[in-house]
This record gives sequence, structure tokens and C-alpha cells, in this order.
Amino acid sequence: MAAYIVRRILYGILLMAGVVILNFFLIRLAPGDPAEVIAGDMGGATAEVLASIRADYGLDQPLLTQLWVYLSGMLQGDLGQSYFFNRPVSELIAIRVGPTILLVIAAQVIAITIGTAMGVFAARKPGGLFSSVVSVIATIGYAVPVFWMGIMLVILFASIIPIFPVEGMADVRLRNDPWLTRMIDILYHLCLPAFSLGIIFLAIYARLARASMIDVLGADYVRTARAKGASEGSVLFKHALRNAALPIITVAGLQFGGLISGALLVETVFNWPGMGTLAFDAILRRDYTTMLGVLFFASAMVVVANIITDLSYRIADPRLRTET
Amino acid sequence: MSDSATTTTAEAQSPLREAWIMFRRNKPALVGMAILSLIILATLYGAFIFTGDAYDIVWAPHEPPLVTPEFPLGTDYLGRDLVAGLLTGGAPTLAVGAAAAAITMVIGVAVGALAGFFGGWVDNALMRFTEFFQVLPALLFAMVLVTLFTPSLTMIAIAIGVVSWPQTARLTRAEFMKIKNLEYVTAARAIGAKNGRIMWRVILPNALPPLIVSATLTVGVAILFEAGLSFLGLGDPNTMSWGLMIGSNRADFLEAWWPVTFPGVMIFLTVFAVSLIGDGLNDAFNPKLRER
Repeated sequence: MAAYIVRRILYGILLMAGVVILNFFLIRLAPGDPAEVIAGDMGGATAEVLASIRADYGLDQPLLTQLWVYLSGMLQGDLGQSYFFNRPVSELIAIRVGPTILLVIAAQVIAITIGTAMGVFAARKPGGLFSSVVSVIATIGYAVPVFWMGIMLVILFASIIPIFPVEGMADVRLRNDPWLTRMIDILYHLCLPAFSLGIIFLAIYARLARASMIDVLGADYVRTARAKGASEGSVLFKHALRNAALPIITVAGLQFGGLISGALLVETVFNWPGMGTLAFDAILRRDYTTMLGVLFFASAMVVVANIITDLSYRIADPRLRTET
Repeated sequence: MSDSATTTTAEAQSPLREAWIMFRRNKPALVGMAILSLIILATLYGAFIFTGDAYDIVWAPHEPPLVTPEFPLGTDYLGRDLVAGLLTGGAPTLAVGAAAAAITMVIGVAVGALAGFFGGWVDNALMRFTEFFQVLPALLFAMVLVTLFTPSLTMIAIAIGVVSWPQTARLTRAEFMKIKNLEYVTAARAIGAKNGRIMWRVILPNALPPLIVSATLTVGVAILFEAGLSFLGLGDPNTMSWGLMIGSNRADFLEAWWPVTFPGVMIFLTVFAVSLIGDGLNDAFNPKLRER
């Protein structure tokens, strides 16, 4: 197991090196002088600034040397300097990463728990009314643009039933309150963004859990459990769901990249101060260093999520544990 | 599962025809076809019936729907007619969706076919390459591509295609691995068919059903993608599209809900229709379901 984890982490680092190399060539493939591309629309990109960018990035060096400077810097956490925000990109991301992770995890939890529960109950009577309702919800969830879902929820909860905050992450009036009050305030602000994102992904899990449970509920061990007199709840959640959970875990890992993409859109709707709003600001200002920094960091999050998925897969499936 | 029970008609039929018969019996899929046909007709010919320029400022801003008969869905933040916008904004969305899906399929099928057919180090290398693309958050990567290069409809279609192909590649690879060991492939090889011919003329046609389903669903995903990019203001600023309509009206959607709501409904209906068709095709191609 330990050897497997080490191998998985090394492979992850290799993938990240790939992302850095891709970033490097993207800047150089973009039309125009790389120094000017890096400076972006900072306005007064004077000759001195361009010269300092050329020196920082070694743009007068051979291409391979440039790549090495860039690669070693990135892998050590130096994501470059944002010429628009006039701060290191790693600092900008450090402030924004927490809110994004909070949003993504909350949405994932909502999607997996509600989606799986819906799928499990739908699987009990595959032809029944509830099952059809779940199928319809699943198809709708696939077809709604996530940002539009957010906007509709804002309209609903801002003007029709004003019970949830629709903007930002915290109420500034509470900034001197005890931490518990502020924490609850953040969770309160999290409700709508997390639901907008969660509802979209819930569809996938409902569909998957339904299909997977229909398969499992016909298995011999489920019949045995019923014959032994296990309660319905125990049969569904202890015997069947544990076996139906493997595809759900796989998909949860695969969906992580999509979830981050969705979070970026949802953040801009709710002004959630995460990496999505940062990426959006960076793009409006053509601040490529920040943009590529966010791309790098978001990819790193996907790599980490994939490693965690692989490990939880092994924990959920005892058959995989003995393999190295 | 006996073969005799496949269709109601006794005579043997080609698999595609059989699938079409199945598809026709699938009500949701037909509803999807109807919705999509209506939307395509409306975007192609709607402007002839409902004459009005989507870019013209024709009335006061934020006129609510159903108030002025000439503008049944109201006007946007500039005072442009929303009906004209919806009719004009569909074409780029649909075109980008279709083009991006085509690019996705070409890259995905090529990579997946080579990996599945040759196996060994080719498979290994191509799959690592695929995994690498799966690590990049698709929307973010597409945003970067569109911003670095010019934001034209072509660039958007390319960007979406470049970020969406890995799943198609995996699916194609799995199909090719399954089919390449079947007897008819061995037979083709025995009569001297070259690798290229076996891949594209023998295996690919037999791998098509799941790929057609996947292509359909990819169109839906690509439309959502285009909408997301346009919403963020990364689309072609000179072309009206549903996503752009939502994005450009988002600043004051609390005062006027209609300019952001109707384009969203159109996107939803289009993708919904496409996914119903995809589900229908999936069932139609699935021999296990034919007996029902």
C-alpha cells in the first residue's frame, strides 16, 4: 500500500510537470511578444517593465533554459508575479483557495448524499413513479447550465423568498463577532452557491446509484440478507449500497475536474471570493500569469482528488488492497 | 435472450434499421427530436417570420414581457428585442455545439482507436496523454485558450473540442479492445487486410453504436460549454448567442428577470432535447432492451 501511494504521488508530480510545460508553451504560442503577453493589459507596460519581465523569465536565454527556469520555479510554488494585481500569484491563490475548496466539497457532499439516496430509493421499484421522477430530475440536471441555475436561485431567494444571502461569503457587520457566529454566517452564505452546483451534479449520482443498485439488489447476497430477516434499511444501506458504492466513488473522482469548472461559474454568479472570481478578474485584465497560475493550481487539486479517490477505492474494495 | 424475439417483424433487418424501429417506439426520444427540430427550424427560419434585428435598439430598456404586443418577451438592458435575440442567438450556440462535438469525436476516436488497436506501449503512451488532459479542469483550460488566442466562434469550438475528447478516447479504446479479438477481425486479417483497413473499415463500423450515443451527449455538453464561455464574456463579442445574452444582462437581473431567464430556458430545452435523443439512441442500440 505504501509503495502504491508513493508511486501514485510521483505520477501526480509528473502530471503537474506536464501542466507546467503546457503553460510554458501556451504563452509562447500566443500571438505577440511573450514579455508583452505576460505583462498583459497592465496599462503602463514601459520598456523597463518589459525588460524586467524578460530578465525574470530569462526570455533572452535559449528556450530549454527558459523552460527549466519556469518549471523549477513552478514546482517550488513560485507561480510568477501578477503584473495586474502587483503581487505574487501564489499569494493571490492562497487567499482564494479556501473558499473554492469549501464550495466544491459542500457541493460534492450535497450531490453524493442526496443523489445516492434518490437513486437507492428509486432502485427499489425500478418502474415506479418515484423512479420515473428521479430519471426526469437526472435528465433535467444534465441539461441546466450551472450558472443559470445559480441566477435562478438568486432571483428566487433575493426577490421572491428572501431567506438566503445571495452574494459574497460573509456579512461584514459580523467581522468582530466570535468565530462560531462567523462560521455559521459563512455556512449560511454557502447554502445557495453549494446548492446551485450540487443540484447539477446530483443528477449524475442519482442515475448511477439507481443503475448500480438495481444490479446489486438482484444479487444472491441481498436475497440471503433478506432471507435472514435483515430489516429493509439494513439490506439497502448495509448490504446493497456498500457494493453499489464502487462506481459512485469512481465517478466522484472523475467528476472533480467538472466540479471545479462548475464552481468557477457559480462563484462569478454569487461573487464567492474563490479561484473562479480570481480567474475571471484575471481574464478580464488579460493577466495571463494569474490565469495560468489558477490553471496550474486547479489541476493540482484534480490530481490530489484523483489520488484520494484511488485510495478510497482501495479501502472500499478489499479485493484491491492486496495489490501493490 | 433468444434472437427470435428481437423485433415484431419476422424478417431479418440491418442493425441500424432495427435500432431505428426501437428509437421510433421511444416516446421521450421522439419528444426530444421534436423539440430539437423546432429549435433548429426557429433559429434557421424564425427571422423570416418574425422580422426584427437582434442588434437594433428598438424600445425602452427592460420592457417586461407581455406588455407591448410587438415585443412579447420584452427587451433587454439596451432595449433590444428579446424574441429577435433568441432567434438569432441559437445559431452560433448550435453551430459551436455541433462543431465542437465533431472535433471531440475526431480526436477522441483517433486516440482511442490507436490505443485500443495497437495496445502495448502505444496504448500506454496515449492513455498517459489522455490522463494528462483529464487533469486539466476543462472550462478553465478552454478559458485560457480562448483568451490567449482570438475569441472567435472557431476558436471556441476548437477549445471545447480540445478539452472534451478524453472520455470519447476511453470509450473508443474499450470498444476497440473488445472487438479486435472477434472472429470477423481475424478473418479480415487472414484475407490480408492491412491495419488501417481493419481499424477504420472493419472495427470502427462495429464500434459505432456507443460512439454515436456519446457524440450526441457531447453535443449537449459542448452547448453548455459554449454557453458558459459566452456567459463569462469570452465568446465572440460581435455574435449574439444565448450565453452572451445571459452574461450581458446579468448586471441587473434582480430588476429584470426576463433577459436572463428566456435564453437559459432555450439552452436548457436544447440540451434536454439532445439528451433525450441520446438516451433513446442508447436504448435503441442496446440489444438487451429490444425484447421489452
